[in-house]
Amino acid sequence: MRRFRDRLAYALGIFCVIIAIVPLASILIEVVRNGISSINLQFLTSTPQSGGGIAQAIQGTLLLIGLTCIIGVPLGLVAGIYLAEFGDNKFGKTIRFLNDVLTEFPSIVVGILVAFLLVVATRSFSPVAGAFALSIIMLPIITRTTEESIKLVPTSIRDAAMALGIRRWRATISIVLSTARAGVVTGILLSIARISGETAPLLLTILGTDFFFSGWNQPIDALPLRIFRDASLPSAVARQQAWGAALVLILIVLSLNLGVRFATRGRPSVTRSRI
Amino acid sequence: MSVTEEILAKESHKQARLSQLRRLVHPSTDEVFEVLSTVIACVVIAILVLMAAVLIRGSIPALSNFGVGFVTGFDWNTIIGQETYGVLPYILGTLVTSGIGIAIGIPVSLGIAIFLAEMAPNSIRAPLSQVIELLAAVPSVVYGFWALFVLRFWIISYVETPLSSSLGSVPLFHGSPLGLDIMMGGIILAIMIIPTISAVSKEVMMAVPSSQREAAYSIGATRWEVVRMGVLSYSRSGIFGAAILGLGRAVGETMAITMVIGNAIGPSAIPTSLFKTGQTMASLLANEFNEAEAGSLHLSALVGVALVLFVFALLINVFAQLMVWKVLKVKAGAVD
Repeated sequence: MRRFRDRLAYALGIFCVIIAIVPLASILIEVVRNGISSINLQFLTSTPQSGGGIAQAIQGTLLLIGLTCIIGVPLGLVAGIYLAEFGDNKFGKTIRFLNDVLTEFPSIVVGILVAFLLVVATRSFSPVAGAFALSIIMLPIITRTTEESIKLVPTSIRDAAMALGIRRWRATISIVLSTARAGVVTGILLSIARISGETAPLLLTILGTDFFFSGWNQPIDALPLRIFRDASLPSAVARQQAWGAALVLILIVLSLNLGVRFATRGRPSVTRSRI
Repeated sequence: MSVTEEILAKESHKQARLSQLRRLVHPSTDEVFEVLSTVIACVVIAILVLMAAVLIRGSIPALSNFGVGFVTGFDWNTIIGQETYGVLPYILGTLVTSGIGIAIGIPVSLGIAIFLAEMAPNSIRAPLSQVIELLAAVPSVVYGFWALFVLRFWIISYVETPLSSSLGSVPLFHGSPLGLDIMMGGIILAIMIIPTISAVSKEVMMAVPSSQREAAYSIGATRWEVVRMGVLSYSRSGIFGAAILGLGRAVGETMAITMVIGNAIGPSAIPTSLFKTGQTMASLLANEFNEAEAGSLHLSALVGVALVLFVFALLINVFAQLMVWKVLKVKAGAVD
């Protein structure tokens, strides 16, 4: 009986794993199966008007990633350095805690904040508003991964730098941070993967459009937004376009994730599985 | 103490004060660095405070207009002149869909966590964990799209139609099983929170000191008994925290649920049956925020909805993080 229960628990465990893997497998299979026929050079280089493509969405997503990195990466790096170097007190603990809370915060609320402050106030959707919203999502991820990778740097390296008479900030930035490089870059790449799939805040800040970037106070498009808009249209053409866009998006997100996992395999993981 | 010594002491005291002052005016680069990084680290606090302030200020018109009725009312009318805004159906919609989500998600995630942390052979443990973690990487909108065009038809034919034909007379299952309803919303949430709950519970279980397991093995326990007696009882509060973290994710989830819940409005959005179209706070925001005019009562009501969602998310996440933190701190101590 006890042996039977043990076997049963094992079988149930496998069953649960299968339940979780079936959706993932199905998503990948369906997206590839339905999306692959859309993908060709024209699809990737034309707009919906000029040739039924999604080039404006790819452009928008890349633009947003770039802008978001400009805002989010430096802030996240410095905040992470603060937590690792000076954060060993009550205040640091509070920041670390709020950072974890913000990581899990609903992105639609972030979108509302930025939309209310920037879009409603200026009466125009804009790439900058989108980038601000995405930065708020990116910041806590980079902060956390930077802190954890800096903490993995052996004290001896820091001591050696200090013994050479280098000032602490120099030692931190050029020696500690560069030793922790792999982990820091991993965090940045994973945060890029995360923001490239974000949709809710973009819906409220960049709106989506059929055209290429046309000014800093004009709506732009993004891949996830394109999927959402196309999926809600009752046309087969739009649905086909959405499958194609989903394939491109999944390729970007999964290659970032798999690439990072592959590159950091065997090393102590600095990224918390929750990101 | 001689007079000379006294003067000398005073002098050196003065010198010390002076150098303190000088450091304040001309700080060393290290001090600048520390202050600067502290300020930047405070951005996190600033964002949360700003969020609360903006949401409270923005929702004042709606709150002062409808008072408590804003949270307890269930009419939603945006026509100017007859405007009424009550959020209750969407609060209920959020709670019911998230409830279904964690009711399905927790047992499955626990099974995965137990299997991966305690039972799986070493060779498949790491790759399987990575595959499960990939589930968290799939964008929400892709989940929604897939649910709309693939999962929906499975659910209609294997879950909803059988339920509807056998239990259709029970109020909980009233309505036609179209796959754009509360149940579908709950199921997609369950799938989306599985990676969160399973990853955190796995982390918590792996933090259980191995002495717990060895003690159970030494009295002849089977592997399952070890898990039950040694591991689960020890990591209960952390697993609870993981589940609450999953709940937080479900409450805030927007795109996938907006695509499958059917987006009902007003009294018809009250979740009385699993096979009814519904609406959550997040999906309402995604659907209507762009349509609201600047300065209108409609916009203020939507900001009010965001405020309610903000409070929910804050309470849930603070509580969950506290639970998880407490447990994982024990781990750090045990390793040291």
